[in-house]
Amino acid sequence: MIRFDYVRPTSVPDAVKALAAKPGAQVIAGGTNLVDLLKYDVAKPSRLIDINRLPLRAIEDTADGGLKLGALVTNADAAYDVRVAQRFPLLASAILAGASAQLRNAATTGGNLLQRTRCLYFYDPHVPCNKREPGTGCPARTGVNRNLAVLGTSEHCIATHPSDMCVALAALNAVVHVTGPAGERQIALSDFHRVPGDRPDLDNTLERGELITAVEVPFSDFGRHYTYLKLRDRLSYAFALVSVAAAVRLDAGRIDELRVALGGVAPKPWRNLEAEGLLAGAAPERRAYEAFADRLLAGAQGFGDNDFKLGLARRAIVRALTQAVAGTPQSQSDKRVA
Amino acid sequence: MLQRTDASQRGELYRVKLAINGAPHDVEVAPWVTLLDLLREGLGLTGTKKGCDHGQCGACTVLLDGMRVNACLLLAVTCDDRAITTIEGVASLEPTAGGGLHPLQDAFMDHDAFQCGYCTPGQICSAVGLIAEGHAHSRDEVRELMSGNLCRCGAYSNIADAVWQVLRDGTAGEGGR
Repeated sequence: MIRFDYVRPTSVPDAVKALAAKPGAQVIAGGTNLVDLLKYDVAKPSRLIDINRLPLRAIEDTADGGLKLGALVTNADAAYDVRVAQRFPLLASAILAGASAQLRNAATTGGNLLQRTRCLYFYDPHVPCNKREPGTGCPARTGVNRNLAVLGTSEHCIATHPSDMCVALAALNAVVHVTGPAGERQIALSDFHRVPGDRPDLDNTLERGELITAVEVPFSDFGRHYTYLKLRDRLSYAFALVSVAAAVRLDAGRIDELRVALGGVAPKPWRNLEAEGLLAGAAPERRAYEAFADRLLAGAQGFGDNDFKLGLARRAIVRALTQAVAGTPQSQSDKRVA
Repeated sequence: MLQRTDASQRGELYRVKLAINGAPHDVEVAPWVTLLDLLREGLGLTGTKKGCDHGQCGACTVLLDGMRVNACLLLAVTCDDRAITTIEGVASLEPTAGGGLHPLQDAFMDHDAFQCGYCTPGQICSAVGLIAEGHAHSRDEVRELMSGNLCRCGAYSNIADAVWQVLRDGTAGEGGR
């Protein structure tokens, strides 16, 4: 592990100043991803800025009936918060589908957004990786890519974003609040993560020195018509091969509004607003779900080991929409897919 | 208040105050030392095990202010002023009348919930946390919420039985809450 120094600011302005003050400084909160990356010499900060003493642990009601989750709210505190569970059960379900109880007790809301890909090549500093060392190449394209992306890839990178929480946040039109040297701003969750293009080293659209302070989830009312369906190699404590966050509002037996985001298949939670809009007014039936799945997966391309994701994702989308319309969301303790 | 001490050959050290199993500790650590390494190498508390050292197995599970966490993924310097319970301190959370063990320790023996035993300290600390959290209401939910603890010997069914018995019978319930 690289040697670094350490500071522990107690206010957001002090943290932002500390972040700007030293090149290579990095923020640490729960540390569940960063400490692992330090051990692999993938993260090489000059200084760690411990933000755990900042006052960012509250879950606040917003004027529109939504919730604002402080950046330091743990995954467990978010998932088990009564307001989150009642207003945004899709979010609670997605969080509980991810990681383990121990990790959820430490991992934070802001950190979840900023976690890095679990691509094996990214994690091994002895092999090339354009995300870790731009310009060195991407062995994953022709290598071991079972877990990797089929959408939003580029010739430079086929990594996936590993989060479950962010997939639900994308479907819920969440907004990221950040503070930086130039002040505060808000970034739509759907604009927060990047597709790699020719800059796979940039996971997101944060500017240098910006700190996430909160994630806001605006009011929405999908009732029981939601599901987070996660498919993986073992029943728990594994990253998604394919996951689907789906929410549907029905009106007089027809689809009024539909939101679907995919995890495990792209460098960011994957949505297609145009495809969602095309389903408005449609009857909630399998043929419509299949047509929607084909549109959402348009342009998907496998790289060998992960070719199976194309068919799996299509079936998962259809199943998730069936669950959401029926009002029978996927249980995260009984993993049988109904 | 964060205090630095003189730079040594090992780099800058930071003073950290921890309450470990009820006892105060005042230690100096480099910022890259994990809580797991501090417990095992610095303080001789080797009951907490290093399995994968990457947050994938749960063998290093301890309780941080009563919440179960992976000690391998926590930098000790970030734990300043916090309370830690390791397997060495679990029995004193809730000593039973007989042998002075925690009900979960008794239950693990009653159910033969191990083979090699390497994952057991993490399993038991995790189960203490699980019961305190109060989110498991069935054996299936115990299994799901214990999924952060791997057992390469495959004693899972007996582990789930042991934890579920203590949870259901409430013998360990109140002390942990």
